[in-house]
Amino acid sequence: MASLDRVTPQPPGTRGVGAPATAGRGSPEAVSTSLRKCLPKWRLALWLLVIPVVLGGCDVPSFWQNHGATKTAQDEFSLYVGTTLAAVIIGVLVGGLILWAVIRYRRRSDEIPRQFQYHVPLEITYTIIPIVIVLIIFGFTFVTENSVDAIVHQPYSKVHVTAFQWGWKFDYTYQKKYVEGAQLQNPDNVGLDGRTCLESAPEPSYCNGPGLVMPVGKTMEITLTSNDVVHGFYVNAFNFSRYAQPGIRNVFDFNVLRAGIYRAQCTQLCGLYHSKMFFHVVALPVPQFQAWLRSDQLTPDSQPAPQSQGSGANSQLPPAYPPSSHAGNLPQTGTS
Amino acid sequence: MTLLQQRQPAPSEEHEAHEAQPRFVLKWLTSTDHKVIGLSYMITSVIIFYIAGLMALFIRAQLTVPNSSFLSLQTYNELFTMHGSLMLYLFAGPFAFGGLANYIVPMQVGAPDMAFPRLNALSYWLYLSGAITMTLGFVTAGGAASFGWVAYAPLSTSQFSPGAGADLWILGIALTGFSAIFTGVNLVTTIFYLRAPGMTMFRLPIFTWNMLVTALLILIAFPVLTSAMVMLFADRHFGSHIYSVQGGGSPILYQHLFWFFGHPEVYILALPYFGIATDVIPVFSRKPLFGYKGMVFATMAIAALSTGVWAHHMFTTGAVLLPFFSLLSLLIAVPTGIKFFNWIGTMWRGQLSFKTPMLFCIGFLFAFLMGGLTGVMLASPPIDFATHDTYFVVAHFHQVLFGTAVFAGFAGFYYWYPKMFGRMLDDRLGKAHFWLMFIGFWVTFLPQYVLGLWGMPRRVANYPADLGWQTLNVVSTVGAFMIGVSFVILLVNLLVSWLHPVPAGDNPWDAHTLEWFATSPPAHHNFERLPPIRSERPTWDFHHPDAKTIAHGQRNGHEKVPLAVGGAANETAGD
Repeated sequence: MASLDRVTPQPPGTRGVGAPATAGRGSPEAVSTSLRKCLPKWRLALWLLVIPVVLGGCDVPSFWQNHGATKTAQDEFSLYVGTTLAAVIIGVLVGGLILWAVIRYRRRSDEIPRQFQYHVPLEITYTIIPIVIVLIIFGFTFVTENSVDAIVHQPYSKVHVTAFQWGWKFDYTYQKKYVEGAQLQNPDNVGLDGRTCLESAPEPSYCNGPGLVMPVGKTMEITLTSNDVVHGFYVNAFNFSRYAQPGIRNVFDFNVLRAGIYRAQCTQLCGLYHSKMFFHVVALPVPQFQAWLRSDQLTPDSQPAPQSQGSGANSQLPPAYPPSSHAGNLPQTGTS
Repeated sequence: MTLLQQRQPAPSEEHEAHEAQPRFVLKWLTSTDHKVIGLSYMITSVIIFYIAGLMALFIRAQLTVPNSSFLSLQTYNELFTMHGSLMLYLFAGPFAFGGLANYIVPMQVGAPDMAFPRLNALSYWLYLSGAITMTLGFVTAGGAASFGWVAYAPLSTSQFSPGAGADLWILGIALTGFSAIFTGVNLVTTIFYLRAPGMTMFRLPIFTWNMLVTALLILIAFPVLTSAMVMLFADRHFGSHIYSVQGGGSPILYQHLFWFFGHPEVYILALPYFGIATDVIPVFSRKPLFGYKGMVFATMAIAALSTGVWAHHMFTTGAVLLPFFSLLSLLIAVPTGIKFFNWIGTMWRGQLSFKTPMLFCIGFLFAFLMGGLTGVMLASPPIDFATHDTYFVVAHFHQVLFGTAVFAGFAGFYYWYPKMFGRMLDDRLGKAHFWLMFIGFWVTFLPQYVLGLWGMPRRVANYPADLGWQTLNVVSTVGAFMIGVSFVILLVNLLVSWLHPVPAGDNPWDAHTLEWFATSPPAHHNFERLPPIRSERPTWDFHHPDAKTIAHGQRNGHEKVPLAVGGAANETAGD
């Protein structure tokens, strides 16, 4: 019975814990035991090498993470996928060991099993291997972190972001442009290609809150602070968040890769209307961004934009969007 | 030494005098017996667990539909604040180091009581007052505290959170903080000074070892929390400006102080439960713990590292040294991994029987495995930037804390219940409880990882309808209610055991440690006699003199393995 059990195939690595304790009893088998003892470990190492390669060959799953709309977000995405893959592999291995032990060693008789307790080489092995894994993860983390935290010295544009209960102020100081909105207010409702935000966003709720307008392909530097309590500046598609804190100015930058509307909201509990504290990023091609900066719509409740501003933006429009439709839409949604 | 002499079991006639103690209400009010106090702690904390669990169901009900108006925003904020506070400060911690440790540790070391019985009673009454103080917030005009269980300044200052609810919360934390500190002192002293003859440090059961390390962590962490709370209170009422920018203070100081408590706190909550699992798994595998000493050193390593990782909760403040805190946080995976392999090694080639406590421990292993792995991911700052304050983090820490405090915690509950009351809990009902809870657990928390990656922030009462978040939220809610129902089964089980008691006997599980040598329930001063203590399994050694632990490298050694030792005998036959 026992010998039958021992020859049943086991998943790679599962021999590791028990095998040494029973190895070598002076029988013919003992000659090959040392070899058999090593084999599973080699097979394990092989699997660890093979699985990522195989998975690398096919489409690496995104594990529900954003692919990222900025360069640093993509770096984060790679780190996330790599770390998750490692976690999945380790999880399956360890979980498999637990499951194997649970199924294979469930009670079959009242016999008392062998009372072994220590196997120092094995214990050292499973201390060293995690240290190596952790150091590898730390290496990748360190590199990605430096790229995420790096700040371009000569950014294309700068904006001061101030969070308050419960909204956001975006102050383009050097361009004398200022946007402020509380909760769901979206004061200037700018969207892509001269359309409104609601027209260009995938879903209406993307346009909740004020829009933080950014150029595509250029570096935008953000200085973040708070007027009152701690808030969380979080843009899902940028895979990035940073606290907005009173008395502290955090500086970071984004280089958005694709034009689009990106939903964003406060993530750090900041009081009663925390769940309503939205904003969004409007990433515009540089000419549209410049046109938007030159437009002089200043306050949330300003009158419908003068025609000159509309035509200014229109000059950047592709022909598919006739000026009339744009000019008609902007004031409507802006005031509603 | 003097202590030891003072606490020796009294001569029998004096012992009889001790037995003439008050009964019923007076007994519970006046007792300094560690078992009564331990039970008081456990009953109180389990009641709090049910209340806080009910709050969780309200929270999940609110999130089932987008833009829900089931609860008002204020009520919702109060509920998640109190859910977290009750679960962490008043259930998970006190249940372990106030309840189980109080009851079990003196018995595991072979002592008649805790070192300072009256201090012990004071701890409990401070804890109860703290718990009542904190929850009384609900009956104040402004409602209970609503700034989250972390109470970040400046949100928790009087300017942004006026009202008595917040003050009661702060006072409640301070009171339970003192209670924890006193219990910590008591546990350390008991373990160092009241061990029975022969009970050396390396023969302590791992539960006791973990409680020792936990108690030391309490002494490191809780005074910081209590002083942070005192300063917060001073800011609110005495015009100090420790956390306010306007007065030259620093809000981020609060975060540092809080997390300098808060991260050790995570291990204060986890280590006792690791200890429970480490006591239960060998018993139901009928084997000694694999790698006992490694386990002890791993526990110490976790505790040591846990005091140097607090700022990984503050990666997104932009005000901490990321690589340092990242590396230390990642390193915690190493001793935790050792623990996992030791648990697996203990089960390896054992004879596993899946009574309810063991099932809960297996549930704990799987829950904590995934919670631990996502913890490693979150220790990486860029990944933390992408997921901080989202439901990804919510799912992570619930997997860790639910895995430890609930799975392992109720493993301990089922495991020691026969010892405490002398009667068994029904195994079939226990298994029904486990399976419903196990399935509910995964159904609740797996969707939350995905929601977090999709960008759903934590602590939001509403979410927009058009983001496609509803389906997963519904799934999560269904899971939460499954967990809720599973705890109704536990109540039924308790009721059954009280109406139709099944006598447990002294040692129903064929367990290893000293508490199973006493009667069930134990006598007033615990032990009439003690077995010789020659290993960390005195009760096992006493009942199985032929199945002693085999030392490493002693495979065919001088100690002839008797035939009765089944596994080993089989292997010999196979060879």
